Amino acid sequence: MAKDMDERRLTRVLAVSSSGGHWEQLMLLRDSFQGCDVQYAATMEGLGERSGVGATRIVPDFNANKPMRVLTGLMAVAKVVRDAKPNVVISTGAAPGLIALLVGKMIGARTIWIDSVANSERLSLSGRMAGRIADLWVTQWEHLANRNGPVYYGAVL
Amino acid sequence: MILATVGTQLPFDRLIGALDELAPKLGVKVVAQIGAQGREPVNIEWRRTMEPRQFEALFLEASVIVAHAGIGTVLAAKRHRKPIIIVPRRAAQGEHRNDHQMATARQLGGSPGIYVAHDIDELGGLLSRTDLERPSPEAGRSIGALHSALRNFIQTGVAVS
Repeated sequence: MAKDMDERRLTRVLAVSSSGGHWEQLMLLRDSFQGCDVQYAATMEGLGERSGVGATRIVPDFNANKPMRVLTGLMAVAKVVRDAKPNVVISTGAAPGLIALLVGKMIGARTIWIDSVANSERLSLSGRMAGRIADLWVTQWEHLANRNGPVYYGAVL
Repeated sequence: MILATVGTQLPFDRLIGALDELAPKLGVKVVAQIGAQGREPVNIEWRRTMEPRQFEALFLEASVIVAHAGIGTVLAAKRHRKPIIIVPRRAAQGEHRNDHQMATARQLGGSPGIYVAHDIDELGGLLSRTDLERPSPEAGRSIGALHSALRNFIQTGVAVS
């Protein structure tokens, strides 16, 4: 009974990323979610198991070049967000993560975008769009941070 | 064993082709992940894509990694402490949408255990070296500040300025 109460009070975090570098970076940020109730979502089967983070929801990968896929992807991501009922949505990219932030924002979650460390000269397209949605908008390059733009705290490299 | 990987999104025939040509002279097994659209090599073992755990197993077995300059592969090489030789994709050759891999290679080149073949002709020389270092699995010192800022925001909703 007491345990149920505790679990209900834990901050629910939904952490979403595409496969490859986005996922590797999300895994390096895991320490930040310590003590939270975390649900991961990825665009590739087997990633969650490989990284030992337990049951991971799968969302389709999509990008702006494939408009039809965006529509089905959008609905799949929206379902994952609604199921997770997160207090916080965090993503390291790319497009599916951006949609997760948007849907999360609509249901009242705090949203965090960490732009990939791969973008050292300019934020990614998703990253630039995330600036309009995210409550915390983060770049991993100090020279890309500015007052009206993303903030810099550090990097996973 | 040398493990080559070009990631899941795009082919990188310039890299796989060069490795295919070098392979008979290397005297060591080469396994390559070439991508869904990649041109098939003849002298090396290849897969188009791999399931994450299968890829992880090959990573553990490899003595050196040859890859595009993708952050995911570099971070995996650090995690497993495997020397990595990266070849940045070039937008001008249709290998990516932009030149961010050139920037990544510039930023990372010179870090211990991370070697850059800016020109594909440098690959053979790098692969014949016997003194390749292992990279450190640690992230830089700044990751701690990133963690604490994120933790703080997740718990309180207040952004550290």
